[in-house]
Amino acid sequence: MSKTGNIDLPRPLSIEETYAQRPRRWWLYTLIVLIVTLLLTWSASGVNYNGVTVKGSEVARGIATGLTHPDWDLLLGRIKEDTSVTKILGITVSTEGVPYLLFQTIAIAFLGTLIGGILAIPFSFLASDRIMPKWIARIFSLVILLIRTIPSLVWALVWIRVTGPNAFCGVVTQSVCSIGMISKMYITAIEDLDVRILESLDAAGCTGFQKVRCGILPQIIPNYISTVIYRFDINMKDATTLGIVGAGGIGAPLIQCITSSRWSMVGAYLFGMVLLMLVIEWLSTRIRNRLTRG
Amino acid sequence: MKKKAVTEYRVPLFDRIFKPQTIRLPNGHTVQRPRSRMPLIGACLVAMVWLSIWLTGFDLGIIARRGHQFVVILSQIFSPDIFNIQEATFTKFGLEPGAVNLLSVFDGRWWEALWYTMSHSFAPKVFDPLWDTLRMSILGSFIGATLALPLAVAASTNINRNKATVSIIRLLLNILRTLPTLVIAKIFALIFGLGTFAGTLAILVFTLGVICKMMYESIETIDMGAFEAMESFGATKFQGFWSASMKQILPTYLSYSLYALEMNVRAASILGYVGAGGLGLLIDERIGWRDYNGLGTVLLMLFILVVSIESLSRFLRKKLS
Repeated sequence: MSKTGNIDLPRPLSIEETYAQRPRRWWLYTLIVLIVTLLLTWSASGVNYNGVTVKGSEVARGIATGLTHPDWDLLLGRIKEDTSVTKILGITVSTEGVPYLLFQTIAIAFLGTLIGGILAIPFSFLASDRIMPKWIARIFSLVILLIRTIPSLVWALVWIRVTGPNAFCGVVTQSVCSIGMISKMYITAIEDLDVRILESLDAAGCTGFQKVRCGILPQIIPNYISTVIYRFDINMKDATTLGIVGAGGIGAPLIQCITSSRWSMVGAYLFGMVLLMLVIEWLSTRIRNRLTRG
Repeated sequence: MKKKAVTEYRVPLFDRIFKPQTIRLPNGHTVQRPRSRMPLIGACLVAMVWLSIWLTGFDLGIIARRGHQFVVILSQIFSPDIFNIQEATFTKFGLEPGAVNLLSVFDGRWWEALWYTMSHSFAPKVFDPLWDTLRMSILGSFIGATLALPLAVAASTNINRNKATVSIIRLLLNILRTLPTLVIAKIFALIFGLGTFAGTLAILVFTLGVICKMMYESIETIDMGAFEAMESFGATKFQGFWSASMKQILPTYLSYSLYALEMNVRAASILGYVGAGGLGLLIDERIGWRDYNGLGTVLLMLFILVVSIESLSRFLRKKLS
């Protein structure tokens, strides 16, 4: 404690004496080790290794060959006679090719994050106990917790019953799921607000609108945008996962190809996906760094 | 190495196209005010939204027409069948089936009725997969976190001065993190057979990527004084790191590991969807059978597990910092 800093100690201890007096909490360490060991044995008892399956080595080899020999036609979205196509801005593109699917994944994540970010604003104000009465804040915090805990896959499976298995389902699911995390971050931003600025603006004779425009928004907006971009990062990865249950994007064809052992196609999808994710992560980190540094 | 003596200020492209506005102040000075970038950003956003709507087939009309379906499903999920007294319970206690769904009709035996309902609901079937989920996440997090530490040290620029190995390790870690857990789990399930082993491996890989990233970032911010002192005594890099830097990063490392465990419980719950053990299979099955009350029970128990793990880990992390 810093309180004792002013009191003169009778004699400064030598290094050996200080070392001898170091806190020795061996019983705590033993307890921790014991608990961890118990937990690990309990966990390991339920996870049993049954060896590689009959198809296992074949699958491993298949993935290796797929990654070294990806299907270039698919990766570049070349159009052949039997590919389904669509027209965008006058250009014909193949709807099975990697570029189209990646753009669709980006679109799902983009719209989902945007709508989620907008929906999160009222949620975060309602759940922050600095603005709302305590009981209302409590209720909305619980709702946010519920949204965060239910896995996005479950949300997607429920929404599929409403919208049918398409990319729109992915958008709706991500809009709902994003609310949880984004409003949690927004709430911290609201609670970290420096209200003294408002007082000084008051003293300068600002109107209510001017106070919000010059006192609150400049504090909150970089935080908001940074959160939304971070969530976009997460949603990009999530959109692939949601595709697996049929909510559009690159996930569904990827999993189908894995199940039906078309490894060169798997290679093409994985290549495209990893490349896109790396680029997006790099970009989002750059933008967020610029935002925090101002 | 050549160093640039003075870096010149380069006018951004935007300001060269749209010349800044010149304002003449009352005292005769002129100041330049760059044009607002908002219209450009706004136009880009609108274009992206338009393109995205086209690509995803966004249609609010579907929500307007069929949105009530979602409310129906949601209301069923929020009445999980452990609390939903069924006909069987009424018959068992000699009451008219379909009597008022209130515990008071059972008089003094309401707790018996509740117990009967719970034990005949979906809840007892949830426990095994629930524990499997917890087991996979504990084991995966532990092994993943243990493997992550040496890798993170090897990937941090202040300890490993070899630029080539650092960038190779970082690239591999980045690739590892970009692969969705469900895809990894699917591949492992094909190789090692359906079950919890594949799930544990998938969790392990995911944890490895996440903790490594967070750790090398925090290792790079530690105070290198002690480490350098150890190195000047003639200690090897490992000895130096172990006795000088380990103490500094240990609390961060432990709290990241606990955080990863929190995330993993949530992630592990869906791995069963591709056959990697845990709750996922059950969730998929309940939705397939449109048994949303049963789904509600599964989700409620998952919720309790996640919240208790989260509060435990939050408590421990608070102790650590």
